[in-house]
Amino acid sequence: MATRIGMEVSIAAAEAVKQANVDIIAAYPITPQTHIVEHLSELVNNGELDAEFVPVESEHSAMSVCSGSSAVGARTFTCTSSQGLALMSEIVYAVSSLRLPMLMILANRSLNSPLSIWNDHSDVMSIRDCGWIQLFVDNGQEVYDHVFIGFRVAEDRNVLTPFIINLDGFVLTHVIEPIEMLDQKVVDRYLPPYQPLYRLHPDHPVSMGCFGPPVLFTEAKKAQDEAMNKTMPYIIQGWQEFGDLTGRYYHPVETHETEEAKIIVVTQGSLGETASIAIDTMREEDEPVGLVKIRLWRPFPFEEFEEAVKGAELLVVMDRAISYGGPGGPLAGEIRSALYHQERHPRVVNFIIGLGGRDVAPDDFAQMVQQAKARPGEWYEIYGVRE
Amino acid sequence: MAKPEDEITWRDLNVGYVVDEPGNASIYRTGDWRSQRPVYDKERCIKCGTCYIYCPDMAIKILKDGYIEHDLYYCKGCGICAEECPTGAITMVEEEE
Repeated sequence: MATRIGMEVSIAAAEAVKQANVDIIAAYPITPQTHIVEHLSELVNNGELDAEFVPVESEHSAMSVCSGSSAVGARTFTCTSSQGLALMSEIVYAVSSLRLPMLMILANRSLNSPLSIWNDHSDVMSIRDCGWIQLFVDNGQEVYDHVFIGFRVAEDRNVLTPFIINLDGFVLTHVIEPIEMLDQKVVDRYLPPYQPLYRLHPDHPVSMGCFGPPVLFTEAKKAQDEAMNKTMPYIIQGWQEFGDLTGRYYHPVETHETEEAKIIVVTQGSLGETASIAIDTMREEDEPVGLVKIRLWRPFPFEEFEEAVKGAELLVVMDRAISYGGPGGPLAGEIRSALYHQERHPRVVNFIIGLGGRDVAPDDFAQMVQQAKARPGEWYEIYGVRE
Repeated sequence: MAKPEDEITWRDLNVGYVVDEPGNASIYRTGDWRSQRPVYDKERCIKCGTCYIYCPDMAIKILKDGYIEHDLYYCKGCGICAEECPTGAITMVEEEE
């Protein structure tokens, strides 16, 4: 049934959005997300995809259109990067509070300044607390698959929360990979039509986005936090059923060679693919090293992460963003918090790497592991910076 | 709303804080915001209706005889009616505790 075709990852992502049978796409083209929305606009123009493509004048408008279209019950997609996300961030927070499901592919790119169009994770970390389900993918197949998984989870009556797929800009968006595409019948079986709980409709009038006075606002935020924490089983169920259909199973954290590993490298996104090559080389040299990839970022998989790093003495955490004046990168901060309650927890050393498209090679991982072993204590460092 | 605001728990809120009961803003007592109240002198009123037209909160009622009455449940005390009244029939005084 399934066929493997070589194609650019952005095109594969757009083809998945087509197969997911979206109703509305609102997006403003921004590098390196451009090829995804360009291809979607072609599909709509050619009549291959029966959807509204709204070519807005900015990302602020893109997210505004998306909030309206999701509110009337339409399956909604958007895509952005970097400054575009920053510009739409006001409404990004609103749609999750309003529990409007939609899918966003975020082609990760650094934020100004200096001006950079290349990859790091500073854009998504700027909206870490926006209340969307957020995950990272490693390769083109994973982004293709997660378009279906994302819509399915977001639109689940028990979830009703928007969903972000983080896809490393250029490193993934602009490479050609073999993609196993799904038969449309399989997609239709996995992804039922969206059935909203509430929607804007003249026959059943409701008000959305009303004000919350001080006496109610705290209760509203508690409800949102509880709702987010309860999404985990539905995300896992979405992955399980997708795996049963396709043979490709996904997990909140992915492990590689972690059994009996004393040292564990922790990554997010496409760095995991490079790191796994480095891990294999180090294993050949009898270094007891393993790899944990954090796929799910929100809700954070505390239990699964603890289980994955059990028995390790040293964690070498890779961040692709800086929290200026803070305790290191955002991922390392999260990991220290996750382990803090343990009486004896592994030492956490944090490297900030690959900023603004700086290349990270397998050798770099070996060097970072050696540096972390050699120097005691918990610290963070911007790796490879010229003194 | 079934319960007063300060008794509503987080579990009582609709998903996405959707309000599914139309017109429930009418129970919101905007008169609580007031720091000045309008005082109406019927003797100076010429029944022109200017205050009624300018009131941004529909808080002025025109009575059958053409005179007016302030609805203090909603009147926020903005003073527009007093400002616009051509004969000075409405004046604003400090609200007392």
